[in-house]
Amino acid sequence: MARRLDPKGQSLYARFLRYLSEGDDRLDREVMHAVDAPPAQPAAETVKAPELPARVPEAVVRRHTRAARIFYLVAAALMAAGISLLLILTTTDLPSFGDDGNPVNNEVVRRYLEDGMRETGSVNLVTGMILDYRAFDTLGESNVLFTAACAVMILLRAGNREERIEIEADERMENRNQDPILQTVTRLLVPLILMFGCYVILNGHLSPGGGFSGGAVLGAAMILYLNAFGSGSAGRFMTLAVHRAVTVTALSFYALSKAYSFFTGANHLPSVITPGTPGNLFSAGLIPYLNICVGLVVCFTMYAFFALFRKGDI
Amino acid sequence: MQVLGILLLVFILGCAVSVAFTKNLLTAATVFMGQSLALSVVWILLESPDLSVTEAAVGTGIESLLLFVTLKKIRAVDQAIQSEEEKEEEEHGQTP
Repeated sequence: MARRLDPKGQSLYARFLRYLSEGDDRLDREVMHAVDAPPAQPAAETVKAPELPARVPEAVVRRHTRAARIFYLVAAALMAAGISLLLILTTTDLPSFGDDGNPVNNEVVRRYLEDGMRETGSVNLVTGMILDYRAFDTLGESNVLFTAACAVMILLRAGNREERIEIEADERMENRNQDPILQTVTRLLVPLILMFGCYVILNGHLSPGGGFSGGAVLGAAMILYLNAFGSGSAGRFMTLAVHRAVTVTALSFYALSKAYSFFTGANHLPSVITPGTPGNLFSAGLIPYLNICVGLVVCFTMYAFFALFRKGDI
Repeated sequence: MQVLGILLLVFILGCAVSVAFTKNLLTAATVFMGQSLALSVVWILLESPDLSVTEAAVGTGIESLLLFVTLKKIRAVDQAIQSEEEKEEEEHGQTP
């Protein structure tokens, strides 16, 4: 398209592409040339190595650099002191920690603390807040993670097939002499970490934690496994297709299942999904399922970040 | 408890300052990892264990791993190891 509109490649876009493909050294070369080349010399002499421009006396350079160094030191100290002063002044202006009359102690907190468990069915009020009262915020957060993973994929995914095969071959060479200590410890630890992550996610409405913390723990376990055994073993279950399917399904389930509150709960209409008995594993309405969704999105996003940073592919 | 909290806060401050002042990027990433670990204990002292779990997983695990991978990508780790080896060689060369 661009080629047809702009056959000579003179447009800004074409020049930008050329600049990207040639890298920075073209610019450097031009600059170096401009500095190195003596301005007006006969053609016969250009064959010889170009003379260096007359050097600035060393004493002048030293004086200049010393002045610059002192200036930077003083400026840095002033900046640091100024910012520290600003932060400390702001902190003294804050209400004191845990005070009764703080602005956060308003009717919202009272409502959450007194009626939260009855209304959401979640013993862990934090989870009740973020996945019931404010479930829409959490949907936004999960979408931020998903978008971030997409952006990293666009930026870091290795371009063509050959490049990816090359990277993988490199990695296989590296993994051949992998540390046996790392592998043994990983074999022992990864099941425990995975179990802990699942526990944190599934008990999100009963005990501290929830989708985000548990998902991060799961992601850390996956990354540990990838580090110890290489992408050959980890790639058996974590592929791009699996990543895409799981994150998209989890996000769509979240969005669709939470859409009911636009029609029912938010307007004090009776909801089909009841909170159940607080304290049971299967209680708190949709919260456990939403926790699982958030956990899956977080886990896969963390793994995708690491895999893309490491080898440019999932 | 209060003593532990003060010790941890001092440790965190020390880590933060040393991250800013160290020249070796690998050391900086490792010290940063230690700071997150201390911070996750501070979260427990502030009675928010869920934040503590997240801090331990994200701050200590994933964030520092991303830093390590980035350092490897920009070949900062190799350089650090090389310069260490050179230093050792110089020292070995001087001793006999």
